[in-house]
Amino acid sequence: MPYLTPARLSEAVKHLAQGCPRIVAGCTDYFPSQAQGQIPDTLLDISRVAELQGIMHVGDGWRIGAAVTWTDVIQANLPPAFDALKLAAREVGSVQIQNRATVAGNLCNASPAADGVPPLLALRAQVELSGPDGTRQIALGDFITDGRQIALGADELVSAVIIPEVSPNARSGFLKLGSRTHLVISIAMVAAVLEVDKDTIAQATVAVGSCSPVAQRLTALEQALAGQSVDALEDLSISEKMLSPLSPISDVRGSAGYRLDVVAELIRRTLRQAAGVF
Amino acid sequence: MDGPHTDQPVRFRLNGAEVSTPARTGERLSQTLRERLGARDVKIGCNAGDCGACTVLVDGQTACACLMTTQAAEGADVDTLTGLVSSDPHAKRLIESFQDHGAAQCGICTPGMMVSAVALLRETPEPDEDQIKQALGGVLCRCTGYRKIIDAVAGLRTNLDTDGSAGAAIRRVDGLNKVTGVEAFGDDIAQPGTLEILVIRSPYPRAAFAFGDMDAWLADQSGLEAILTAVDIPGENCFGVIPPFADQPVFAETETRFRGEAVAAIVGTPEAIFEFDPESFPVTWTELESVEDVRAARAQGARQLHATRANNLMCEGFVACGDPEAALAKAHVTAEGRFQSGFVEHAYIEPEAGFAQMNGDKVEIHACTQAPVMDLEAMEIILGWDRSRIRMIPTGVGGGFGAKLDISVQPYLALAAIKTGQPVRLTYSRSESMQSTTKRHPSDITLRVGATKEGKISGFAFHGAFNTGAYASWGPTVATRVPVHASGPYRITDYRAQADGVHTHCPPSGAFRGFGVPQSAIAQESLFDELAAALNMDGLEFRLLNALDNNVKTICGQTFSQGVGIKACLEALRPAWQAERAAAQAFNASQTGANRRGVGIASGWYGCGNTSLPNPSTIRAGVRHDGTIVLHQGAMDIGQGANTVIAQIFASALGVDTSRITLEGPDTDITPDAGKTSASRQTFVSGNAARLCGAALRAVILRHVNAAEDAALQSSAGLITVTDSAGTHTIKTDALEPGDLGYVFEAVDTYDPPTKPLDQNGQGEPYAQFGYTAQLAVVEIDEALGTTTPIKFVAAHDVGKAINPMLVEGQVHGGIAQGLGMALMEEYFPGRTENLHDYLIPTIGDVPPIETLIIEEPDAHGPYGAKGLGEHVLIPTAPALLNAISDASGVRMRSVPVTPSKLRAAIVERDHG
Repeated sequence: MPYLTPARLSEAVKHLAQGCPRIVAGCTDYFPSQAQGQIPDTLLDISRVAELQGIMHVGDGWRIGAAVTWTDVIQANLPPAFDALKLAAREVGSVQIQNRATVAGNLCNASPAADGVPPLLALRAQVELSGPDGTRQIALGDFITDGRQIALGADELVSAVIIPEVSPNARSGFLKLGSRTHLVISIAMVAAVLEVDKDTIAQATVAVGSCSPVAQRLTALEQALAGQSVDALEDLSISEKMLSPLSPISDVRGSAGYRLDVVAELIRRTLRQAAGVF
Repeated sequence: MDGPHTDQPVRFRLNGAEVSTPARTGERLSQTLRERLGARDVKIGCNAGDCGACTVLVDGQTACACLMTTQAAEGADVDTLTGLVSSDPHAKRLIESFQDHGAAQCGICTPGMMVSAVALLRETPEPDEDQIKQALGGVLCRCTGYRKIIDAVAGLRTNLDTDGSAGAAIRRVDGLNKVTGVEAFGDDIAQPGTLEILVIRSPYPRAAFAFGDMDAWLADQSGLEAILTAVDIPGENCFGVIPPFADQPVFAETETRFRGEAVAAIVGTPEAIFEFDPESFPVTWTELESVEDVRAARAQGARQLHATRANNLMCEGFVACGDPEAALAKAHVTAEGRFQSGFVEHAYIEPEAGFAQMNGDKVEIHACTQAPVMDLEAMEIILGWDRSRIRMIPTGVGGGFGAKLDISVQPYLALAAIKTGQPVRLTYSRSESMQSTTKRHPSDITLRVGATKEGKISGFAFHGAFNTGAYASWGPTVATRVPVHASGPYRITDYRAQADGVHTHCPPSGAFRGFGVPQSAIAQESLFDELAAALNMDGLEFRLLNALDNNVKTICGQTFSQGVGIKACLEALRPAWQAERAAAQAFNASQTGANRRGVGIASGWYGCGNTSLPNPSTIRAGVRHDGTIVLHQGAMDIGQGANTVIAQIFASALGVDTSRITLEGPDTDITPDAGKTSASRQTFVSGNAARLCGAALRAVILRHVNAAEDAALQSSAGLITVTDSAGTHTIKTDALEPGDLGYVFEAVDTYDPPTKPLDQNGQGEPYAQFGYTAQLAVVEIDEALGTTTPIKFVAAHDVGKAINPMLVEGQVHGGIAQGLGMALMEEYFPGRTENLHDYLIPTIGDVPPIETLIIEEPDAHGPYGAKGLGEHVLIPTAPALLNAISDASGVRMRSVPVTPSKLRAAIVERDHG
């Protein structure tokens, strides 16, 4: 039962090719999901891989290495478009969790309530996968295929999350609704990124989590927002059709009807937060 | 550093010292620290990152040690509380401030809290409240209500008293071990490598099962020493806290009655138990039809849980006086409603745990418990052994709140130690703790209540069905207590209340802070608000008009000539009631959005001690040869502070300072029975025994030198000096011959509160004393989202005499936090919320400031006038919150918890209904 801690990406990929180790980094999802007596043979801890460290501005965007923790995100110097991601980072479990848990791990765990997914969808994130044949990129929305399901080959690992270049005018917001203040799985959450030019919304992305097996972008709403004045956000009407990508379930945290009912209000509040109008 | 780590030691610095330790692949760092490196100050509460008790610093950053592999710590600096308190200036400061504020009650979360606080203070030496909440938000506490922790981290000043007599706010006498991580809880006793037990539990609410060839199976297993099943029980396979109702098997024999019920256990090496897959155990399950709610269980033809209890009715409680129907018929206004609540989990941060070993032909059981002598009595029956062969040695208790009154790990520990002849340990996982131990009873209550035009209560008709689950546990107590308390602390002359305990295929409901009274208070206090509104009366004045008083009959026909403090509580709240209502109105007038504030009020009362049954406490004390004054303190301290309060009372009666007292714990071989820590009885009942014992020991000492009764005592090493008007007498204790127990002077005394039986209408004298309370809650609701944010509490509590005002505040804060949880977020669903991320308890961010108003209406029976307090606090909290929500929104919520989903649905119905 080896515990593998490669220092280089090539070594990590080689280990993957040689077997089916369980890939771990912060382990904050790994341990809670471990059932009595269910012990994987091999753990591949990628948290020390050199190529997976750090948040960097690269050619045409931002690269968040797969070993980057939520605390790293909170402490990074990033443009305002990332404010939503930083707000979400502060909602991932507790400080203890944020110090260990990685952004990439949050995507791989693919919980319907993953705090990181809505802001990354709103940032149009791509997931970079590394395998024996090199690297490939896939849109986040295509990477998480269903609740707890991801499009990751057995010989691949997530090496980075790539955010395409963001406008310096882009502003963002994030709201999470839960039944208590800290350490809470969300009932619903919304992330929005707005490009605002002289009080007019040039472009908007809005994503909603915990209201479908995988967080969803609301593209019809995004189209409707383009060209609107930020002052109009106060009374923004959100149609049923705009929410049609959502398919909430009823569970111990809230009913499906409740989720659909409050998500429109959360969207309005998140957009106002992003636009800086209250 | 590529390459397999198997069998390779992991190196890091632990508390500044280089360590090299073996670790299994992917072993949790918490496990390595505790079991390989002796760092038992790292506490395990959930193994899922939900509670934060195991928080350590890794390279200066907080981490849950349960969510880190040991290998990930390679090369790192790992600091635990033990290291920090010896070297870090912030930790040294926190040691003092946590004790000064009473910020550690049971102490199980304290290491996590203090380590998190050190990380914060290093970055932010003078944090504000929000920064403290953010930094400590990942550590759950179930005892303190967090406010004292916030104050301690902020370093607020306190005004502690210096002398330790009854009435003095002093640090708890056992506090230092809690804030340094030294306190040993249930999982901290066993040596590393001790054989472990794993219990095999039913995956279904009701199931038949059959074992395969277990001998053959066991022979194939490596590292497993034994299997335990019902056939291994030498005595009776039956236990229960109330002997006539004892009905619960240690191991089910043919059919299980709830999900999580034990059928067998295996005993093996730590490695074998770690690797054991429960699916491999030779048992086949057949799921059977079950009934899981009270209405289904009472329906004709419903599956019967116990042959001797027809219609699944375990028992009924009943109190009646006057003619409630006639009074309701002539009432000017009436209000009625159906009120419901679900299972509430105690959620102490310490799961049940213990250790046992054989000592000759005697079995010694170390376990966290609220009732060591009741545990001993249960084990006598299960083992069929004489009690002289069983010794219960309670460990530190990381929270109890009622559920650690019932046995849990104890029989498995004893049976395994007996069968293997070796030391054994057992610690429940969080999920098996939640599955298998008792819960607060779900309730389904209907109440009709009327009032005259003048506002006097006219008729009260109550029926409550309580889901007592698969086994009786404390269900009979709930059924008895509810009708006796459902009136609230009010004068009601025409009253009828019935409570039914109903069996279902759910976990056993048992004792939880208030024994059903918090549920009934929701119904009563909600409808009192409705009556006041219907009469256009102020809610506080309406309650005052109906409040009990000295020389007024209770609904049981009991009259107290003194000590009835509810009016004083309500009057103490009046200024806050008026100010907060005005402030809420002003707030609402200024709002354009969805937020609304409201203020609610509710009262409560609670009888201290057993209901019309004997419940004596015995306290022994002595002076050793070397002059040490020893108090055998058998009243289990589960964090509430009995060690301190009982010592303060004893020291006052003896006439010495509390700091002179040395405690012996509630080990059943050396300390007499001070009864269970339950029914808010320890300060009152054991306190009285301590007072009598202190006075008796004083008399023995004075008699030795023929000193006057008002003589002053002083003790020092080997000496007691007695000073009266005739002069100073010096007693050289080392010159005296010790008796059989090793004491040169000794005394023992017993107190049993005077009560009288209840007749068939519940008339009698159920308790020698009641404690009283009234609380006010301010909430802010967000009508668009349905969320409720408590803003403030003001809590008036008549405690007769606050033996230790700091500990009184601690109980008030903790009880309110639990009441808040019950009101707003907590509901246990078997099979669905068996962890602390799906079952939510309040975090540090959820409990607002609490102002405690201590009312001292002395009780003639109480030691120095003191009354019990622990359970009282929780009773008015939920109804005060519901009344505040109604004040804010106009919506009356009749089912708790009031989740955002439920409140929003009610608001939508208000607007469109």
